[in-house]
Amino acid sequence: MTNGKELLLGEPERVFRREESPVLRLNEEEANAAIDDTDALDDDHRMILNMGPSHPSTHGVLRLMLEMEGETILRSKPVIGYLHTGMEKTAEGLSYLQGATNVTRMDYAAPLFSELAFSLTVEKLLNIDVPPRATWIRMLMCELNRVSSHLLFQATNGMDLGAVSMMIYGWREREEVLRFFEKVTGLRMNHNYIRPGGVAADLPDGWREDVKKLLEIIPPRLEEYDILQTGQPIFRERLQGVGVMNPAEALALSATGPILRSTGYAWDLRRHMPYLAYDEVDFDVVVGTYGDCFDRFAIRLNEIRESLKIIEQILELMPEGDYRIQNKKVTPPPRARIDESMEALIHHFKIFTEGFHVPEGEVYVAVESPRGELGCYIVSDGGPNPYRMHIRGPSFVNLQTLPHLMEGGLIADGVAVISSVDPIMGEVDR
Amino acid sequence: MMILGTDPLLSGNVDLTVVLIVLMKVGIAFAFLLVAVMLMIWFERKLISDMQNRIGPSVAGPWGILQTLADGIKLFFKEDLIPERSDRFVFKLAPYLSLIPAFLVFAIVPIGGDFRNDNGGVVTWFGHETLVQVADPPIGVLFFLATSSIAVYGVMLAGWSSGSKYPLLGAVRSSAQMISYEAALGLSIATVFLMSGTLSTNGIVSEQSTWNWNLVTTGVVPFIIFVIAGTAELNRPPFDLVEAEQELVGGFHTEYSALRFALFFLAEFMNVITMSAIAVTLFLGGPNGPILIEAIPWIWPPIWFFLKVGVFLFVFVWLRATLPRLRYDQLMDLGWKILIPASLGWFLLIAALNIANDQGWQSWIVILVGLTVISVGALALMAAVRKAKIQRASQAFEEAN
Repeated sequence: MTNGKELLLGEPERVFRREESPVLRLNEEEANAAIDDTDALDDDHRMILNMGPSHPSTHGVLRLMLEMEGETILRSKPVIGYLHTGMEKTAEGLSYLQGATNVTRMDYAAPLFSELAFSLTVEKLLNIDVPPRATWIRMLMCELNRVSSHLLFQATNGMDLGAVSMMIYGWREREEVLRFFEKVTGLRMNHNYIRPGGVAADLPDGWREDVKKLLEIIPPRLEEYDILQTGQPIFRERLQGVGVMNPAEALALSATGPILRSTGYAWDLRRHMPYLAYDEVDFDVVVGTYGDCFDRFAIRLNEIRESLKIIEQILELMPEGDYRIQNKKVTPPPRARIDESMEALIHHFKIFTEGFHVPEGEVYVAVESPRGELGCYIVSDGGPNPYRMHIRGPSFVNLQTLPHLMEGGLIADGVAVISSVDPIMGEVDR
Repeated sequence: MMILGTDPLLSGNVDLTVVLIVLMKVGIAFAFLLVAVMLMIWFERKLISDMQNRIGPSVAGPWGILQTLADGIKLFFKEDLIPERSDRFVFKLAPYLSLIPAFLVFAIVPIGGDFRNDNGGVVTWFGHETLVQVADPPIGVLFFLATSSIAVYGVMLAGWSSGSKYPLLGAVRSSAQMISYEAALGLSIATVFLMSGTLSTNGIVSEQSTWNWNLVTTGVVPFIIFVIAGTAELNRPPFDLVEAEQELVGGFHTEYSALRFALFFLAEFMNVITMSAIAVTLFLGGPNGPILIEAIPWIWPPIWFFLKVGVFLFVFVWLRATLPRLRYDQLMDLGWKILIPASLGWFLLIAALNIANDQGWQSWIVILVGLTVISVGALALMAAVRKAKIQRASQAFEEAN
């Protein structure tokens, strides 16, 4: 007699029962070996402390299992998955035009970078070039987003060290940037502004004045941060020599972004694999020396200054022209044309129902997000939806440096380390 | 009678009026503290929100001044949770061990009185001579040190009895921190005893009645040490490791809720006020100050007292808004390697100067010799600390390889 499952899954001896097979199971021997690995568990001097997923300084829902002796962290193990929403799977059900809405919710502190990586990947698959103005608008928005993301780091880093006022100051400056975003994209976060083929809308009237105002407001505030944090003896004591890593270790752990640069390894995709028009602007790659928490803090602070420098150049170099590609297969026609032209109506209808078809192939494009290398990998089967989309989230990869950085420190050091790695859990769990 | 000590009120016949006066003082001190705590919490929130570009409490009452009351009422009606794994009796006892010492300390603080012309702060109420403080025990400031030591138990037992890991860490931190800073606190106060020659708070204030505040006569250093150690003793930022929200969630009171949490909160702010009051008494001349309008001389001492206390309260809030938290080992380093040796050295110097005055020695030679001895001692200490550090590092290096 056969039941439904056997019919479904082939030969009877290979029947997979759901509760047995797809789940990762250890046999007794392996399980015992795993327990032996945690030999210190029965030691009276050691304690397992569960930090998170609901804890004031785990940046969302990161959970850490710490094995401690007194206040010293002997081993730690990050546990993730508390914010898993299956965005990569969701992407397979969304058309390429809808995809940007999906990815923008991953790194919610720097949403424009996810949109950028996604759009660049789709454009590479389509083999189209966006107009120069779209490229420069993207650069402007991304650099502003880098500023706002690093300002957020300043806020949370200060708060994690106990300087609570710093939190408010960081948010205050970030808010100025977000106000500009709201003016341009209509939203403070999750913009869906950078889309395959260009950007959603041209910059609004008076954007130059707004950006100039930002360039005026932020640098003096950074000087204030220097007074409050950089030159503060307690602050330095808390960060210097904490969570040290050398370049070899950072590379072995695939760390990118400020974490890799803090070790003195000058790796910045904007410089080494230029995308958009980063080879046309002048900026410095900020690197550290010791690879400790203080370097990571200082790098982010100075990257704000570098980004402002780039924005200043963008203000001068911003070309005129179209803000999106005029390829009717990719870009919806203007609203006015729909009333006049049958073809426009059809294009509009096709784009928003079925979506545009993308040639078969697979492509990986990486951009330098505030947290490191943010890559987007799309496999297309020629249909209007990606066959598979994967995001290389820098937060996710950087997170594996945590056990290494936290080892041997105190709890307070652990908090400083988490803060300096600056993970965004939305991007970790995707 | 020994407890109430040198108060002239009790030296004569103790009749009903005397008892009523004592009761009145107790009532006033109690009510004053509660109101002051309420205002202090509001003051802190309002001030800190000003420093952080926020509005702060603004809904309850004018300028949100009744916010604390509203919070208190809310906490009063919340569910009283006791964790299953807690030691129930100790868990319930701990908040009171925190709160009662905070109340008691204020009893020895003179908040007013007539200190002119060596009057010793005596005023006449209802035909009885008395001091404007609840009690003036001869042990005076030792009583303050004793009660603040009891407060350590409140924090420690609260953390321990919660049966949870974060409070336990907070409890361990608190016992180490408060005990080690108590040593520095005691040593810095000892120089005040040397200058005043008395432990009684009334006596100490009387000694400072001619603008010769202990702040100056003890040479500022003990005052600075007292304020730093006092901040640590209060578990206020930057020394709030016991609560350390970012590390230990809520520290020792993580598991506390409702009224019991409110009691800890109350005790914390009450301690801030009493510590400021003690600092004013010991170093800033207590209620001493110029009588600006002769018609109402009795009102000025309390005004000066509260102004001085207010300065301290402001400084405590200011520190909280500005400084990041120290790490546990840095806190211990500061306490044991800097504050305790410094206060001990300064104490010896002041003692030597006192003897020099008695014996008629040249005081500048004493100062010179004293400073030399202290700096030699400091250098020796620094060398020892350095050597130990190197030794530890090399040991760790050997173990690692």
